[in-house]
Amino acid sequence: MEAFIKHTGRVVPLDRNNVDTDQIMAKQFLKRIERTGFGQFLFWDWRSDPAFELNQPRYQGASVLVAGKNFGCGSSREHAPWGLADYGFRTIIAPSFADIFYNNCFKNFMLPVVLGEEQVAELMHRAQAIAGYEITVDLEAQVVSDAHGFRASFEVDPFRRHCLLNGLDDIGLTLQQDADITAFEAGRPAYRRGFSA
Amino acid sequence: MGPRTLFEKIWDCHVVTHEAGKPAVLYIDLHLVHEVTSPQAFDGLRMAGRRVRRPDLTVATVDHNVPTWPRSQPATDEIAVKQMAALERNVAEFGIPYYGLHSEGQGIVHVIGPQMGYTQPGMTIVCGDSHTSTHGAFGSLAFGIGTSEVEHVLATQTLLQQKPKTMEVRVEGQLPAGVTAKDIILAVIGRIGTDGATGYVIEYTGPAIRALSMEGRMTVCNMSIEAGARAGMVAPDETTFAYLQGRQFAPQGAGWAAAVADWQALRSDEGATYDRVEIFDAAEMVPHVTWGTNPGMVAPVTGRVPDPASYAEPAERKGIERALAYMGLEPGVPLAEVPVDRVFIGSCTNGRIEDLRAAAVVARGRKVKEGVSAMVVPGSYQVKVQAEAEGLDRIFREAGFDWREAGCSMCLGMNPDIIQPGERCASTSNRNFEGRQGAGGRTHLVSPQMAAAAAIAGHFVDVREWR
Repeated sequence: MEAFIKHTGRVVPLDRNNVDTDQIMAKQFLKRIERTGFGQFLFWDWRSDPAFELNQPRYQGASVLVAGKNFGCGSSREHAPWGLADYGFRTIIAPSFADIFYNNCFKNFMLPVVLGEEQVAELMHRAQAIAGYEITVDLEAQVVSDAHGFRASFEVDPFRRHCLLNGLDDIGLTLQQDADITAFEAGRPAYRRGFSA
Repeated sequence: MGPRTLFEKIWDCHVVTHEAGKPAVLYIDLHLVHEVTSPQAFDGLRMAGRRVRRPDLTVATVDHNVPTWPRSQPATDEIAVKQMAALERNVAEFGIPYYGLHSEGQGIVHVIGPQMGYTQPGMTIVCGDSHTSTHGAFGSLAFGIGTSEVEHVLATQTLLQQKPKTMEVRVEGQLPAGVTAKDIILAVIGRIGTDGATGYVIEYTGPAIRALSMEGRMTVCNMSIEAGARAGMVAPDETTFAYLQGRQFAPQGAGWAAAVADWQALRSDEGATYDRVEIFDAAEMVPHVTWGTNPGMVAPVTGRVPDPASYAEPAERKGIERALAYMGLEPGVPLAEVPVDRVFIGSCTNGRIEDLRAAAVVARGRKVKEGVSAMVVPGSYQVKVQAEAEGLDRIFREAGFDWREAGCSMCLGMNPDIIQPGERCASTSNRNFEGRQGAGGRTHLVSPQMAAAAAIAGHFVDVREWR
């Protein structure tokens, strides 16, 4: 997997709260058994509207999505972050994220960044006011900044940061603890040893 | 060790290792698998040359994509057929127990787990589906995960987890007649909001929760995720044990006695504290109807469509304006005057036998309003068989409801059961997001009783006054 260390890219603002994963990746595309190619289906219903932010020429090529609170709520479908990543987003900035979506982003080496509501509003304002507006998200320094004086630090769990910075596969890491898992299994109650048909 | 909550007890006894500065490695007792969120996980295993560590703690079925027309007719959606075939290949290759389309065990994964006794108190349970929170009704820690984590559990039977915070949702008092578990959870989400419980595990407590059947508790826990919660749970009690005893995969004999002895300790200790407490009074609760495009946009059926102008906060006002435009609703309209075109009774929220019985009581001897199309989709094959043995299918059919085969169906419309653009649906499911039941469709979430009454009246009605 591709590590995430520092990314500079064009910003597209999506000034809506509670964007759910049904909007990010509609159900008709969940039947595919591949993990790639979901970018073309991103925000499917909203993209039929020419005024929708992702359709506006000024935001083409954006790799930073700035959104309202509770982004990614609803379904656990990882097809939502797959679609965002495949479309070209490397990082998403919002005042808050839904739990499962937030977690799924890290598994795909896409960085979700939580900033304060006023900071997010300022980024949206700048993206609308400044043509070709870009920001830099630096995971190592835990700072979001632009060339116009915006600078905000953000919190991220140290282990998740470590995995992203180093492009680590956490299944491989857990498998190194195989002996501990086996020992744990030996201590499980007898009535929970396993289901047999 | 000081007093602990139910959640903390289950968490503590599933931690395999926990190094400082890292997430805990949490053991998973039961992994439920379905066709939509698993194919890429199995591919990942194959590419890395990994096996499924505990196929005996893994159970698979098909539910999201399955057509609900008679099983004798084949599925016609080629991509869905391919996805279901992929699951069949994967469970065969990795040796996972599987309830296929023609199995008597088939059904919505969150209906069959409890029904067959897989779901038990004290377990950690995961599934690549956000409504896994349903299983918390048994006093288990159950939550939805993404496909990468499905792969992690298949390979290691563990998950890397940060410890969530705890929230008590205490429901005092007694529910009035005509008010259901669905109305409890809609009232909770209406108050705390769709992100009100993000980062928390909710424990539902209080006399109104204790008085619920297991199926009612499942309905409440099911929609915990709609408040953003990692999981929802209810401490096990005699109701739980009575439900479980004798089910196919529940412990038997000496194992049952040992299990119940352990399960009786699964309650929050006297003096245990939660990070947050929310208190509700069941006696004040009424039947609810959602009016917007997330489950927090909800009001009593006696209420009106809200006026965005009365909201001071600009983002909230804009959100409500957007929702009302999508829903085709004018501010101030009484919810009981809103007409419906479609009715869906089913889903992992309200597709169990008690839900169908409650809807049948309302529908008995009546007719679905002309112009309304109503369908009943049992949550599992076994729910369907039981309903038919009780004659519920006849009641529904005679009233003009369509009686279908089991699956997720119109809850999310991955199968052919979808509503058309602009159509308005009274639904017993869990999400009223834009396009959830079909592009351009308008969903109103209600209880099974409320859905059946809406089908007959042709608009929402206060089911407490149903005669």
